[in-house]
Amino acid sequence: MKKAVIALAAATALAAGAAQAFADPVKVGMITTLSGGGASLGIDVRDGFELALKQSGRDDIELIIEDDARKPDLAVQLSDKLIQSDKVDVMTGIIWSNLAMAVIPGAVAQDKIYLSPNAGPSALAGAGCNENYFNVAWQNDNLHEAMGAHASSAGYEKAFILAPNYPAGQDALTGFKRFFKGEIANELYTKLGQTDYAAEIAEIRASGADSVFFFLPGGMGIAFMKQYAGAGVDVPLLGPAFSFDQAILQAVGDAALGVKNTSQWSKDLDNETNKAFVESFQAEYDRLPSLYASQGFDTANLLISAMDAASISDKDAFRAALKAANFKSTRGDFKFGPNNHPIQDIYVREVIKEGDVFTNKLVGVALEDHADAYAADCKM
Amino acid sequence: MSIALFLEQILNGLQLGVTLFLMAAGLTLIFGVMGLINLAHGSLFMVGGFVCAAIAAATGSFWLGLAASLVAAAALGAIVEIVVIRRLYDRDHLDQVLATFALVLMFSEGVRFIFGSFPLYLDPPEMLAGPITLPGGLPYPAYRLAIILAGLLIAVGLGLLISRTRLGMQIRAGESDREMIAALGVDIRFLYTVVFALGAALAGFAGAMIGAIQSVQVGMGEPVLILAFVVIVIGGIGSIRGALVAALIVGIVDTMGRFLLPSLLANVMEASAARGVGSAIASMLIYLLMAVVLVFKPKGLFPANA
Amino acid sequence: MPKLITEHRLNIILALILLIGPLVAHYAEEPFLVTLATRATILALAGVGLNIALGLGGLVSFGHAAFFGLGGYAVGILASHHQTYQPLMTAPFVINGTNQMLILWMVAIIVSGIAALLIGALSLRTSGVYFIMITLAFAQMIYYFAISWPAYGGEDGLSIYVRNAFPGINTLRPLDFFLLCYAVLIVVLIAQWRMTGARFGVALQAVRQNEGRVAALGLSPYRIRLAAFVISGMVTGLAGALYADLNRFVSPTMLSWHLSGEIMVFIILGGVARLFGPVVGACLFVLFEHLFGSFTNHWQFFLGAALLAVVLFARGGFIGLVAGRVEHD
Repeated sequence: MKKAVIALAAATALAAGAAQAFADPVKVGMITTLSGGGASLGIDVRDGFELALKQSGRDDIELIIEDDARKPDLAVQLSDKLIQSDKVDVMTGIIWSNLAMAVIPGAVAQDKIYLSPNAGPSALAGAGCNENYFNVAWQNDNLHEAMGAHASSAGYEKAFILAPNYPAGQDALTGFKRFFKGEIANELYTKLGQTDYAAEIAEIRASGADSVFFFLPGGMGIAFMKQYAGAGVDVPLLGPAFSFDQAILQAVGDAALGVKNTSQWSKDLDNETNKAFVESFQAEYDRLPSLYASQGFDTANLLISAMDAASISDKDAFRAALKAANFKSTRGDFKFGPNNHPIQDIYVREVIKEGDVFTNKLVGVALEDHADAYAADCKM
Repeated sequence: MSIALFLEQILNGLQLGVTLFLMAAGLTLIFGVMGLINLAHGSLFMVGGFVCAAIAAATGSFWLGLAASLVAAAALGAIVEIVVIRRLYDRDHLDQVLATFALVLMFSEGVRFIFGSFPLYLDPPEMLAGPITLPGGLPYPAYRLAIILAGLLIAVGLGLLISRTRLGMQIRAGESDREMIAALGVDIRFLYTVVFALGAALAGFAGAMIGAIQSVQVGMGEPVLILAFVVIVIGGIGSIRGALVAALIVGIVDTMGRFLLPSLLANVMEASAARGVGSAIASMLIYLLMAVVLVFKPKGLFPANA
Repeated sequence: MPKLITEHRLNIILALILLIGPLVAHYAEEPFLVTLATRATILALAGVGLNIALGLGGLVSFGHAAFFGLGGYAVGILASHHQTYQPLMTAPFVINGTNQMLILWMVAIIVSGIAALLIGALSLRTSGVYFIMITLAFAQMIYYFAISWPAYGGEDGLSIYVRNAFPGINTLRPLDFFLLCYAVLIVVLIAQWRMTGARFGVALQAVRQNEGRVAALGLSPYRIRLAAFVISGMVTGLAGALYADLNRFVSPTMLSWHLSGEIMVFIILGGVARLFGPVVGACLFVLFEHLFGSFTNHWQFFLGAALLAVVLFARGGFIGLVAGRVEHD
């Protein structure tokens, strides 16, 4: 739990008078995963968020960062501390859906605003939606749905799908099937944390499928891809960006080349904000940003845009300002749906090698202006 | 389901078994000889993987990385034995568990401090990267065959070490009666350091070899630790042969369980429920196996000190 | 090192510190510190449970998280059925959800007691490291089951939106809930104190020290150990039930072997087999986590180092350092 209180003293001469029109300072509490397995996601989100704050040059945002070590009970405790002790106004940062479900319902019930830079559980997109909860990344199913759509439009007819046996994995395959029009050769659930996929790969080989869709985040995906490459099974791999982010790609290496993955963001998206973001991130942190970093960056900019339009002490106006999403996103135009989740294009990317670095290249659009499947259940 | 698939899965089960043996060999040696529960075994596995990845990235050679991981793990093992473990031999199991648990915490954070939180790159060497066609037309990853070979060589090697060499004789004597062997003039402290370093080297070697087809990141040793303990408990603590047999059994049971349970259950329940339940049971299967074995044979299948 | 104080007096002082600290925090308008103290109290209770098996009975159980989690899930499941107004079961008889803590605690205790009976009956046929491993195995089984069973959230866990109700107390107020947990802890500690001096406690410690002699006296070591294991499981299950209400959330992490290890850490930090050992240990652990965690992300390194130092050099834990060896009176 690293407490980094960043009180941004004005670093540059403030020319933009509008930025000072509503001067109530905002205290932001960020609970994210900075240690243990999976810490790379939290670190990216934090770095993206901090970069945006630094670039804005504002001194009225106080950021308190805490590390949840991927433990739900610790996250709840930190949430209590931020709300009761530090008296934050806005909260953000949680990476994992199980931690999100532990913290967010309680936080928004205490009238704190929560901006999610990553986790997008379906419960909070549908019946559990709340006017204080905004998701700046995606709803969990989105990237999987997009790959289902892409697989169909690319002509695949028989897909072999696998994911670990836990809610996010089950949701992933459900999302894929929602949009995939072909036949499912087999649907496998592996053990959470499993490291040896020989048995599953043998089944893929024997199934006669023409494509493989997998959702295996973190180390699981790295192991699977390496073993798949070594087995010489030629069936093309498809997956959501979670298995193909910058950090994982470097660890997998050649085994990932050519694989298609879906994401709402790619580093080569052609807009000014994104180009500047990628350049400045690389300059500041000496590595290429991942989609998590872009999500953190966008979250901070969304917050800043709301602060430009309203004061935090007028919650209704602030919420309306957030909903208007009047900021320049790394994804181009950004808008929220009625349940405060983004309606956005989901792209298809391909893994390539640029010099010594593995990264993704944009190759197409899977779904345009895609909303999530749970918006109708939201009674806001 | 075809015969070819079935046979391939059996082969996969055996390969998983040998991988498990590779992970468990060091642990059973240490526990068998010194009676020490070493929770830090998984951490030594992790150190092996990280050192191999770091050296392989720096020199471009996987083999150098592998050699480095052996040396590094052995050295670390020796240091840990001299500084910490030495004081624990006379203590009860709880103290050993907690002290080595403390080491796990320290190693994990230490590795994270040095190498960062992002996973490292480690690939099998070029010559073993793709599949080989086995007799019968089945393509099989060359690297996995290398792992099987390595595991079997180590099993044979350890067996020979213990039954044919002077060191092995001392190890066996130490297993049956620690005080007597010290009374007979064998330098028991040096013996223990050597055994611990050997066990650590085996763990590090496993970490490097297996890290090449899995992921090298902090925490990679934890699933290994639990699996290794399950294997040696089923096999009987202190017995190399028991560890090998148990590892093969666990490997086959786990693989066939993952492969067959969902389809078997689909005969009695609806497909998506069968998938969910089948996969849930498959993930618990090796623990069920261990519990069943212990109920009938409370000291494992081939207890060394029967 | 000569002892500074008798253990009995030390215990009373510790009990008072644990009571007064949060009261001060409450009146100083720091409700978060009260919540932190509640967390320490509940974890202490879990440790007290394990200590009965481990400290008194010499049974090194690496699977106590199973009981902690089962207690928690008992509360979570019943509370969630209450929230959604759906009965848990309609046949053969109707079971409705409930949000009354007293009932929930009873259920948690019974469920974890039954689990401890089953697990203990099988595990106690083994000994030594085999016992450690088989208790771990059973906990792992329950853990993987909880992750993959979607009905109650799986890995995502289960939320309890409003803390459950206890007659006469506003459980949402941090101080009130803390006092409730504290009262439970003190009651259990008094019960353990009485039990240790009574026939059962003496027999249990005798079994730990010399099994053969106890058998020669005509008692059954197996039955004594099993009884201790069941009591131990029930206390830890009660702690799990309180934890579920503290966090208003249950998840499979309550069943993980990491937690089993952490509970053991409390006991060793405070002093094995000491009545207040788990209390001190849990408080130290929570302080460590909170204080060191604010300075560095690598605080677990220092926790490991401290734990190692205690195991190697301060065998009796904190209480051993301050109050000397166990007195036999």
